[in-house]
Amino acid sequence: MSKYLKSLTIALTASCLAAPVMAEKLGLGRAALPAEIAAWDWDINVKGDGLPEGSGDALVGEEIFAEKCAACHGDFAEGIDNWPKLAGGADTLDHEDPLKTVGSYWPHLTTAYDYIKRSMPYGSAGTLSDDEVYAIVAYILYSNDLIEDDFVLSHENFMDFEMPNAQGFIVDDRPQAEYAIWSGEPCMTNCKDSVEITMRALVLDVTPELEANSGATEVSAAAAPEPAPAPEVPAIDMELAAAGEKVFKKCKACHQVGGKAKNRSGPILNGVVGAAAGSVEGFKYSKALRGAAQDGLIWSEAELAAFLAKPKAYLKGTKMSFAGLRKEADQAAVIEYLKTFE
Amino acid sequence: MSTYDAKKPSRRAFLSGAAAVGAGVVTSSAAHAQTADPLIVEPQDWAQSFGDGVDATPYGLPIEHEGDVIRRNVEWLTADTVSSINFTPIHALDGTITPQGCAFERHHSGAIDLKKSDYRLMINGLVDTPLVFTYEDLERFPRENHVYFCECAANTGMEWAGAQLNGAQFTHGMIHNMEYTGVPLRLLLQEAGYDTAGKWVFVEGADASSNGRSIPMEKALDDVLVAFKANGEALRKEHGYPVRLVVPGWEGNMWVKWIRRIEVTNEPVESREETSKYTDTLADGISRKWTWAMDAKSVVTSPSPQAPITHGKGPLVITGLAWSGNGAITRVDVSKDGGKTWETARLAKPGEKMALTRFYLDMDWDGSEMLLQSRAMDETGYVQPTKAQLREVRGLNSIYHNNCIQTWWVRENGETENVEVS
Repeated sequence: MSKYLKSLTIALTASCLAAPVMAEKLGLGRAALPAEIAAWDWDINVKGDGLPEGSGDALVGEEIFAEKCAACHGDFAEGIDNWPKLAGGADTLDHEDPLKTVGSYWPHLTTAYDYIKRSMPYGSAGTLSDDEVYAIVAYILYSNDLIEDDFVLSHENFMDFEMPNAQGFIVDDRPQAEYAIWSGEPCMTNCKDSVEITMRALVLDVTPELEANSGATEVSAAAAPEPAPAPEVPAIDMELAAAGEKVFKKCKACHQVGGKAKNRSGPILNGVVGAAAGSVEGFKYSKALRGAAQDGLIWSEAELAAFLAKPKAYLKGTKMSFAGLRKEADQAAVIEYLKTFE
Repeated sequence: MSTYDAKKPSRRAFLSGAAAVGAGVVTSSAAHAQTADPLIVEPQDWAQSFGDGVDATPYGLPIEHEGDVIRRNVEWLTADTVSSINFTPIHALDGTITPQGCAFERHHSGAIDLKKSDYRLMINGLVDTPLVFTYEDLERFPRENHVYFCECAANTGMEWAGAQLNGAQFTHGMIHNMEYTGVPLRLLLQEAGYDTAGKWVFVEGADASSNGRSIPMEKALDDVLVAFKANGEALRKEHGYPVRLVVPGWEGNMWVKWIRRIEVTNEPVESREETSKYTDTLADGISRKWTWAMDAKSVVTSPSPQAPITHGKGPLVITGLAWSGNGAITRVDVSKDGGKTWETARLAKPGEKMALTRFYLDMDWDGSEMLLQSRAMDETGYVQPTKAQLREVRGLNSIYHNNCIQTWWVRENGETENVEVS
């Protein structure tokens, strides 16, 4: 086809497929109220526009972090299992397997404030006060050895802080670095002298067992665990259980209860009070808990209370990185609440 | 899904497939011999009695025999399914349109349940009048239809360091291709009277993660859609029901689901999703940011590890998918010898911009080993690179935007494995 014909065809096609043209406004929608914009417009850009007034230091941040963040990110922001590591990794970006954390990788501190304020804690997004966010950001900086523990981070000094990797980014240069090289008529014959297999996926063997498809997983996760024969349980104190529901908010990021409960980073807790330890199907328990289960541990109220008071002291090596419920009243309340789920 | 009696693909499928090869030999020789096929000569139940009446399934699901054509998750990749990804069974599909029910999912805080009546979309920032639209409002704007692929920037990311996952579903399944119906974002911005000096739009979702991303104004005014239908029906919950953003040719993370707010700004937010994630670290430790376009890429979907050759020698259909975020696919070449020689495959249809293209290579297989590869070219003249070429420029620490040529090792018995070749 000649160039002229081709362009003519394109022109004709284009006129048939014309995109909608809207010269005038349609008058659809309504004006957003200032209160509505304030309720949704929380983002903080790279210049710091949107940073709220407030302050916090790492000492305060540590306490909040232990309660609301450490279950996934670890007490020292080191990350549990596959959850994001927030600290460490300085000077590793040009090494094999670099460790990318807030300290080693993130170019702007505004990103940390923006993300924590809007999207964290996981499972309770947007519930932190402005001061709490400043304190948590300060604690993450402290965990990365970037500030002292008494340094007070605030809206006034926030933008003075330059992240270690601030200069570590360039704008996409693929057009220059790649497109120019990888174009043109490719080789069709005699492109290589020899071909050797240098790596095989089956040798590595990390492909999931395919019978465990998502449908089947849901079935097993949704199946209620077999409760072990429980001793006579006295009637549930509903007032105490209601108080326990509030305490349980601290547990919810990792544990689910009720009819639709699934295993998350912690097992389903339906029927846990009085059950044999380590008995939730499909949950991968720590070695420590599997050992205790083998020794016949039953989650009696007393054992649960002891575990909840100081999880890591009670069961060394537990995956549960929750700092613990210090108040006995909280322990009792949450146990009472759990009793309402069979 | 949970009602399916899911079959066991991959190696097990291969073994049963291998049994079928044996059976095939018997059957084909039987064609010349005396044994009549009982499926033909004996009366079958389905040919004498009734099947299901209409309305047996008011909204139909695939027949149970297709129960293995499902999304699959790689558990070790992420800590929690609520912030995770699964994979489209591309090895088992043909054509180009991905059915919504098996199109991959990627959530940052789970697929939320948001009713149309509870849906609100706000446009604010550098506009004459900040506006709020309801779902019904969106349906009153002039709308368009387009087929686009959506590929996660991390698709094939696990393969940077070497051949890892044994199946096209896992190596290339973070992709789907749907026909979207929606309103050009340009029209909504015009309705609010956007400041023509505004350089960016910041978009965020209604879910807990909000997954905010900054999109340059030029793209926002070009082809971005605010979409509410896919493949003719409402979006699925897991794909952002009732309304998602469609950002043609650009990485899937920008296709914000449950989109609730669009803010015209002068500065990018540089959110978590555009700094700590979806950036590409090079060998010297410097990272590329704003790597939005998905470069030309292709993969043979069959034969592949989950779709081995089970019929023995003779006619064989090699097929696969090709796509480019920079325009239309113009050509796909296939190699059977690991890249020494190439032949040009047949495109099922001429390539369309930023949409999947299906290719076929029909051959007479002599039963010998093959190292199958495919190589896509797009209208810009770009040629899909090898993994070695990518590594030469980017090093080994990159994760996203791995668009390398994939190799499948087809054995004499038809079994197929993901390998890397020199």
